[in-house]
Amino acid sequence: MRVSGRRPGRPTMPFRAGLTACGLLLATACAGAGAAGGGSGQVVTVAVVSNPQMTDIKTLTPEFERAHPGVRVKYVSLPENEARDKITQSVATHSGVFDVVMISNYETPIWARNGWLTDLQSRAASTPGYDPGDILPNISKSLQYRGHLYSVPFYGEGSFLMYRKDIFAAHHLTMPAHPTWGQVAALAHKLNDPAHDRAGICLRGKPGWGEVLAPLDTVVNTFGGRWFDPSWNATLNSPEVNQAVSFYTNLVRTAGEPGAATSGFTECLTDYSEGNAAMMYDSTVAASTLEDPTSSKVVGKTGYVAAPVQRTKHSGWLYTWSLGIPKTTTNKAAAWAYTQWATSKQYIKLVGDKLGWARLPPGSRTSTYQLPQYKKAAGAFAGPTLDAISHADQSHPSVKPVPYTGIQFVDIPEFVDLGTRTSQQFSAAIAGQKTVTEALAQSQAYAATVAETYRTAGKG
Amino acid sequence: MTAAQAETAAPAAPAVRKRSGAAARTGWTILAWLVGLVFFFPVLWMVLTSFKQERDAYTTTPRVVFTPTLDQYRAVFSGGIGTAAANSAIATVFSTLLVLLLAVPAAYALSIRPVKRWRDGLFFFIGTKMLPIVAAIVPIFLAIRNLGALDNVWSMVVLYAAMNLPIAVWMLRSFFLEVPRETLEAARLDGAGVRQELTEVMLPVVAPGVAATALICVIFSWNEFFFALNLTATRAATVPFFLVGFITSEGPYWAQLAAATTLASLPVLLAGWIAQKQLVRGLSMGAIK
Amino acid sequence: MTAIAERAVPAGTGRGSARREGWRRRGPLMPALIFTIVVTQVPFLLTLYYSFQSWNLLRPGSFHFVGLGNYAAVIRDAEFRDALLVTVIMTLGSAVIALVLGTLLALLLERKVLGRGVVRTLLISPFLIMPAAAGLLWKTTMFDPVYGLVNFVLQPFGVHGVDFVARFPLASVMTVMVWRWTPFMMLIMLAGLQSQPTDVLEAARVDGARPFAAFREVTLPHLRPYMELGLLLGAIYIVGTFDEIYIMTQGGPGTSTTNLPFYLYQRTFQGYDIGQAASLGVATVIITFIVMTIALRTVFRLFTETEGR
Repeated sequence: MRVSGRRPGRPTMPFRAGLTACGLLLATACAGAGAAGGGSGQVVTVAVVSNPQMTDIKTLTPEFERAHPGVRVKYVSLPENEARDKITQSVATHSGVFDVVMISNYETPIWARNGWLTDLQSRAASTPGYDPGDILPNISKSLQYRGHLYSVPFYGEGSFLMYRKDIFAAHHLTMPAHPTWGQVAALAHKLNDPAHDRAGICLRGKPGWGEVLAPLDTVVNTFGGRWFDPSWNATLNSPEVNQAVSFYTNLVRTAGEPGAATSGFTECLTDYSEGNAAMMYDSTVAASTLEDPTSSKVVGKTGYVAAPVQRTKHSGWLYTWSLGIPKTTTNKAAAWAYTQWATSKQYIKLVGDKLGWARLPPGSRTSTYQLPQYKKAAGAFAGPTLDAISHADQSHPSVKPVPYTGIQFVDIPEFVDLGTRTSQQFSAAIAGQKTVTEALAQSQAYAATVAETYRTAGKG
Repeated sequence: MTAAQAETAAPAAPAVRKRSGAAARTGWTILAWLVGLVFFFPVLWMVLTSFKQERDAYTTTPRVVFTPTLDQYRAVFSGGIGTAAANSAIATVFSTLLVLLLAVPAAYALSIRPVKRWRDGLFFFIGTKMLPIVAAIVPIFLAIRNLGALDNVWSMVVLYAAMNLPIAVWMLRSFFLEVPRETLEAARLDGAGVRQELTEVMLPVVAPGVAATALICVIFSWNEFFFALNLTATRAATVPFFLVGFITSEGPYWAQLAAATTLASLPVLLAGWIAQKQLVRGLSMGAIK
Repeated sequence: MTAIAERAVPAGTGRGSARREGWRRRGPLMPALIFTIVVTQVPFLLTLYYSFQSWNLLRPGSFHFVGLGNYAAVIRDAEFRDALLVTVIMTLGSAVIALVLGTLLALLLERKVLGRGVVRTLLISPFLIMPAAAGLLWKTTMFDPVYGLVNFVLQPFGVHGVDFVARFPLASVMTVMVWRWTPFMMLIMLAGLQSQPTDVLEAARVDGARPFAAFREVTLPHLRPYMELGLLLGAIYIVGTFDEIYIMTQGGPGTSTTNLPFYLYQRTFQGYDIGQAASLGVATVIITFIVMTIALRTVFRLFTETEGR
């Protein structure tokens, strides 16, 4: 092999390059260190999901730090799926990386049973002015294990149908107060107008059990489908489930938003608030953003009605993003100080004062709905939100009985995995990569494996 | 290699073919620039978008003329990219130093014959690079947790060093092979020991190779995502991890996203641009020897 | 070629000094070797151990020995086979396309091109962009169905509102991979072209060989080791692709872009079935090892050619 014609005595150029690279990196290091800036005392590390309400709390956290000198708060905020992975990973391995974690009514009872969470009942009851009795009853119940609160709600949500009153009026259409899915589909097809960038209805299609599965599960429930029968047989191959999933997939493919298979809550919210959808079936918290002039082009144009039904009297999910303190947290006092501040009545008023009354974290406390300013700002959707939350029944989600609790989820540890995998299948069906039958056959196989362990373990 | 060198390498064209040569040259130049711009366009668009207001970023007909703003960069800085950049820089610089510290002697040992089964040694190093690191993430995660070193930038230093070591050994070895045998022989006859041989005879010659290797290590460490995602949270969060968290927390805001990705890529982009000739040499050495 | 060492070693006297000499020579290798073994190999051994256990992190107290049970599940796992297929397509496809494009670009840059340095600078940029940033960038500004540039550029060809990432997920991810790795291949091929002995080429030209024949007979054989190197290095990195998939598709829609690394990640940090995930990891390692050994010993001459030294 040939020796290249390099002159050995000239290392200057590469050296200079190397030095430049090092210099650049160290320069950023210094700049960063400056930005990171001192600050002593305790640090409470909080893992949250990046929703608009969480952006607000980040903005307001200096208020907390002023009231609690010596405590500093650091946030890790990630999109929902990523946050869930990361939080579960850290709590399940007792890593102690986070002092406060944002979880939901799915994780709370399971993790409390596993002994991973700090019992918050006595702290909540003994903190002056915290008033745990003020938490909406249905929400509070969903965060309890053996009658004790193991996490406290930051905000709560049900689901309802949002529609553009102006578009409906222009087309001489009316929205029933308690629509059925059949009616909604007919309306969506009439209003779908892709040439003018307007979808008939925006529905989630993004994989993740907290994304596409949430609305889809409520459709499955109200069509009479369920995940498992009372003796733990997987029932995703039933005609009811097939009918429901086919309906949902067809609707979103023929009258839904473009890019449905990658649209989740955030994307649908953007589409609808940009005026690119005539209807949206989604979380009740969407309303806070839609009625906020800084983030929405459709303020005051939206009507709110109950979640569409088919065979059940009510549909719609129950969900709450709540704050819990892992067992591994060393400084529980500081962690609780933050947790109670973020979920207190005072925080809710603070958001109103500083950021606007329509932006309150909704659906967590009864008192929120008695604030005159909130009644005025949220008049259009406060009532429907409370209705949606109070009508959700986690124990009897479907027409027929089920061995689990949960509406848009099944409250077993395996559901994170099962839900994620099935949601990928449904998302693929929405993307047109698979037929609904194929997606359901694969999902049934996943569910059957999970069901097996419950049958053999004799649990239920 | 420089343009001048290529010039001399080109055959002296006969006078008759000069004009067609010029035409061809224009043609090739246009083609090369066209292709270059196509490849560069996503980067250019990213930088352009980063100076837009959000409303200029979301247009069905892409907007090229707009009033530039630094708002997005301000937002990214206040979002805390500084801390992440500091972590990334520490992880990058120190892991690269650690790699060189370990790889230079190893590559030296592998470049000279007396290490028996050197081929197996080299094979071993390259082999570890091919094993999917994901497969070992649980033990790594648990080990680091037990050491209390989760969310610690020094864990990243060690892991990045391990990640880059194989490729560094391989690259450096081929640079060592370039040392003229006569020089080494002469040094040995003078009774130079291993250390002298390494520091006085070989290092000066292979210095460009060391720089090239360091550059490759810097690129891969700065850009590393998987370990950062799983093993850091706040204190040690690096730039790629910051990118995931910060961007999506603001919703799909493209202009801000573009500013963040521009800042994230900038250090390595500049380093790579400045040292591109070393990249060419560094990457190719394994092929020749 | 003869090595100095061969002459140097026998110069020692007796066995003891030969051994000492051996250690003296081997010594410098040790720190790197030990470091690599501790940081990368010990975890793999632990993975092997976990692969014989049933252990679901979400069910405390579930840790128990199950022998080969996890492996039986791996063999039945259709998704594992799908992920394997996706990995093969993604790795070979991206590496080969990038290599072809990179070679063409290198040949183009070897022409007398005005402003060659600038063009090369433009061309290498994609390789320097952070993969996570590249994923975000392509997913949004490029591939978006409404505001994406790709849709805009293809509009004259009747393309409108196509959601590329959802409809052509594997092709979308591979586009990004090719975009990032073509410059890498180009750099390697450039080095190859620049080290080409010009006298041989000229001799061929003087012999009246047509340019294409000269390319085929002289340049291509010379480039072969460089191509092998590019393919090997490219494949090593592309086979482990995680960043772009995590950011662009999360393995979806369905499982259409789930490659082995991402599948392992999902099984580990979404399934939390550590035993199962570990056995999948071990299976992946074994498959990788077999492929690697075969590839290195047959297709690639990189290692064998140095034998003579």
